[in-house]
Amino acid sequence: MIDLAWTTRIALRALRVNKMRSALTMLGIIIGVGAVVAMLAIGTGASKQISAQIASMGSNLIMVLPGSSTSGGVRMGGGTQMTLTFDDARAIEGCPSVSDVAPVHNGTAQIVYGNVNWSTQVQGTTPAMLNVRDWPISAGRSFTEDDVRSATKVALIGQTIVDNLFGAIDPVDQIIRIKKIPFRVVGVLHAKGQSPGGLDQDDTILVPITTAQKKLFGTSFPGMVRIIMVKARDANALETAEPEIRGLLRQRHRLTLRQEDDFTIRNLTQMMQVTEQSSRVMTLLLGAIASVSLVVGGIGIMNIMLVSVTERTREIGIRMAIGAKTWDIRLQFILEATILSLAGGIIGIILGVAGSLVLSLAAGWTTSVSPLAATLAFVFSGFVGVFFGFYPAYKASLLNPIDALRYE
Amino acid sequence: MNLIEVIGISKVYNMGEVDLRALDNVSATVERGDFVSIMGPSGSGKSTFMNILGCLDSPTEGRYFLEGVDVGQLSRDQLAGIRNKKIGFVFQGFNLLSRTPALENVELPMLYDGVAANMRREKALAALKIVGLEGREHHHPNQLSGGQQQRVAIARAIVNQAPILMADEPTGNLDTKTSIEIMELFQRLNGEAGITIILVTHESDIARFSKRTLRFLDGRLVSDEVRG
Repeated sequence: MIDLAWTTRIALRALRVNKMRSALTMLGIIIGVGAVVAMLAIGTGASKQISAQIASMGSNLIMVLPGSSTSGGVRMGGGTQMTLTFDDARAIEGCPSVSDVAPVHNGTAQIVYGNVNWSTQVQGTTPAMLNVRDWPISAGRSFTEDDVRSATKVALIGQTIVDNLFGAIDPVDQIIRIKKIPFRVVGVLHAKGQSPGGLDQDDTILVPITTAQKKLFGTSFPGMVRIIMVKARDANALETAEPEIRGLLRQRHRLTLRQEDDFTIRNLTQMMQVTEQSSRVMTLLLGAIASVSLVVGGIGIMNIMLVSVTERTREIGIRMAIGAKTWDIRLQFILEATILSLAGGIIGIILGVAGSLVLSLAAGWTTSVSPLAATLAFVFSGFVGVFFGFYPAYKASLLNPIDALRYE
Repeated sequence: MNLIEVIGISKVYNMGEVDLRALDNVSATVERGDFVSIMGPSGSGKSTFMNILGCLDSPTEGRYFLEGVDVGQLSRDQLAGIRNKKIGFVFQGFNLLSRTPALENVELPMLYDGVAANMRREKALAALKIVGLEGREHHHPNQLSGGQQQRVAIARAIVNQAPILMADEPTGNLDTKTSIEIMELFQRLNGEAGITIILVTHESDIARFSKRTLRFLDGRLVSDEVRG
């Protein structure tokens, strides 16, 4: 077998002789690899952002909303009819595919701490909410089932509330007034950031649902709730949880077969997964379009290698005369093509990474260069070199030694 | 066993409607240690004959035995192996790799023979010393005179200890004084190292250095004289 270090040196020497030509040939690969890396970075960044939003919402999440009411033939929007009860929520906990259930009774209220005030969403719920939404506590503690039973005036506040009302003060055990009623802050919710819909999820206060019903947002239907949030056991249970809940609620609400549901079930996670999938398809598409330019770069390499073989016919003849075998000649030219494409690949990766950084800084897009994508682009560029270098190398190796030696 | 034995070889080029017989039924033998010059006017088939002997070209008819091996039966890569180990070539136009130092030019045949790097260097330096190019190892061909370039080519031809050296008009591009020096180098390699030399020339002054002369005319071998 031929000495690879030596052959590499010869190949580098040959490439150095035509610096401009080598650089231009490489440019095709540089653009191709750079485009693939940058496109994948943009696509992966978008998917990651969506995944993060899904995670912030809470995984395997199902929302049950009350149905619409009909008034004189006019159907009102979803949630206009109070058909869900606290007891419905308790019953859903019994479904085999369900792990946690949190009923919500919410409203907007003015909060006052000292001389600062702020208007926000107050959600009456149970401690199960923290599990349903995968929402840890960053300071203090949660309220308890006991607090729910006895309608205690305690509150868990989101990070935005902390920032707006307390500034640098530790909010735990401070007293805030919600609709002029004093509540003790028992804990602070971990910051979640934006919801997939673009809302600030940290601009909220959680209080026991009973407290909300009795003291804050009094209702003429005691025991009614606005939303029931359900967490399925796992991703597979998500499929079965929906019919289970539907069956259970239809039975509890005594609906006959001909009657429509008086509630709506929304599988939020599934909806988000569809979005995520479409962004993944988008990534693949971007990558595929970019790899077309990589193939075009490969054709450029082949073109130049064919020219090079013709120019160096005499050199090939000399090498054959002194004993170069078929594969010695082939390897030499394949190696030259591969060095061109791999060097182009490395520069392309650097430019692709730099380009996606510039995009994320200048345009504010989330980009993410995965090492796997970079490695793949590198390996693929090497493959392009071998593939498009083979034909010129093959042609060179078929030359007749005596004709090659006499070539002028 | 003769080193080289050709029996009734012909080389026919098909030029459209007419066939051109570059070599016509040539038979000859060369023994180990001989120094043969091949003479004839241009177009007489002497170069074709040498190319066939050098396994660079194959005859249309006839058989060629090199050290008893029927060369006609060998594959392309086996022929490359023979050119690598058994035959060294020296050409009129030197045929060195440009942009490549003398030392690396000489190392080239060993590269294709899989010789280790340090061994290659050692043997290449020794070969360059034999042809009298000590101190010029790192010069590129364009920094050397014609005579020096031809010495590099000779070093490349002998570095693999090939038993045969074939030279096609090796002095064609050189002045008289340098030509004589090169021919004396061939005589020394033939006499001291016992290398069999086959040399194509059209100058009788050059052929004078050989032990035996084969003359070609119109593709035929017309005379075979041994010098006294």
